[in-house]
Amino acid sequence: MTEKGKLALYWAASCGGCEIAVLGINEKILDVAEAFDIVMWPVAVDAKVKDIEMMDDGSIDVCLFNGAIRTSEQEYMARLMRQKSKVLVAFGSCAVDGGIPALANLSDREAIFETVYGHNPSLDNPEGTRPQTETVTEDGTLHLPIFYNTVRTLAQTVDVDYFLPGCPPEPERIWDAVLAIVKGELPVVGSVIGANTTVCDSCSRTRSEKKISGFKRTWEVIPDPDICLLEQGLVCCGIATRDGCGALCPTVGSPCIGCYGANEGVDDFGARMMSALASVLDSDDPEEIARIIAEGIPDTVGNFYRFSLAGSELRRSALHVSERQPAETV
Amino acid sequence: MAETTYEPKIVAFLCNWCSYRAADLAGTSRMKYPANIRMVRVMCSGRVDPAFVLRAISKGADGVMIAGCHPGECHYQEQNYKTMRRFEMLKQTLLGFGMEEKRIRLQWASAAEGGVLAQAIRDMVDDIRALGPMNWPGNWAPDPDAEEAILALAEEHAEVMEVAR
Repeated sequence: MTEKGKLALYWAASCGGCEIAVLGINEKILDVAEAFDIVMWPVAVDAKVKDIEMMDDGSIDVCLFNGAIRTSEQEYMARLMRQKSKVLVAFGSCAVDGGIPALANLSDREAIFETVYGHNPSLDNPEGTRPQTETVTEDGTLHLPIFYNTVRTLAQTVDVDYFLPGCPPEPERIWDAVLAIVKGELPVVGSVIGANTTVCDSCSRTRSEKKISGFKRTWEVIPDPDICLLEQGLVCCGIATRDGCGALCPTVGSPCIGCYGANEGVDDFGARMMSALASVLDSDDPEEIARIIAEGIPDTVGNFYRFSLAGSELRRSALHVSERQPAETV
Repeated sequence: MAETTYEPKIVAFLCNWCSYRAADLAGTSRMKYPANIRMVRVMCSGRVDPAFVLRAISKGADGVMIAGCHPGECHYQEQNYKTMRRFEMLKQTLLGFGMEEKRIRLQWASAAEGGVLAQAIRDMVDDIRALGPMNWPGNWAPDPDAEEAILALAEEHAEVMEVAR
């Protein structure tokens, strides 16, 4: 019997859905267990950080790392898993592009603490206690990780070999990736494991190159079941989004929100959305255009960067100028 | 150390048929405009993907100008209307990112309007000089204490490891 490979999963700044999504492959998980010893899987396996630290460098064959990097402890774990793994996969949209946690990049540490520990309606914190990175007690000094101002992607933290986007990745894509790993048929390092077509390519709705006079919010309209959602005025992100889901949301009448992130060749998800939406809008009057956008897309950044803010060109909203660190040579 | 005055860096995308020729005309007519502008010639203002603008900002530009033919005069018929719509989309998104409105400008300038373009450049440089440096990459610089905290964690764990081994 040949020796089994070693598989690890890790969970940083994310909801944990990616860890559960692995079980979406159902009974095939037994095949995975046959091929691999699972050395880490926070949601399912009782392994300690210590166990990983004691392993030799590069002794884990594959690590599926989900979650963005928000704290110094997560960065430590990212470095550790990188050091111990032959292949590191950014698993799920948070690890790939920042995902939902990265929307916090529209705020900053102070503002987040102010809300969470200062103004939450359910809060009872009369002394205004805030988390401290160091607390001295009688029994010694206690440490909490540093909470970063800016959420980062995994690849902005350590070298990443492959990317498997999705919120969460669909079971079929996970299985494809597992098969590719087991058979040693992995693509070029640095590539995304998955489709390089858009959600529109999988969508069965009819497109007619129609122009629209305005955008509608989802609650304002019951969409026609057969016509392209964008052409019905809904801000559907299928045009910019990598396929992988088979157009699940548009098929049931809900606009694509872009969870698979930018398709191949798209540098910035939001930029592609801006271009695409500008092309279907039927107005040549700047004031009217501004009004249509303000009314139909009140939260442009939230709509265009819902899953990809940390991985986008701008990465976050502007801090006050005095808080910005001096620029490196640009 | 010599005191240095702040010189804004502005990236401008000019269309081949009108605005770049306007810049040429400004030059041959010996009109002056500040050297703070870095011009990139594109075939049409409609070629300017919003990603170009975002990339310029993320690389440290203090402002971005997009210049093209007047509406109705586009060499490619109506692509500058697309530019107009895209620009509004981009502007509202950048406002959402907390960027000042004056850092991005859409300027129509025909091939005969060297003076118009030169004045627009002077105005924009003045506006941005007043706003000060943007330094966008400085927004996501790592926390100064982070590296120390990570190394401390590694050291702490290393001690535990010694015992465990």
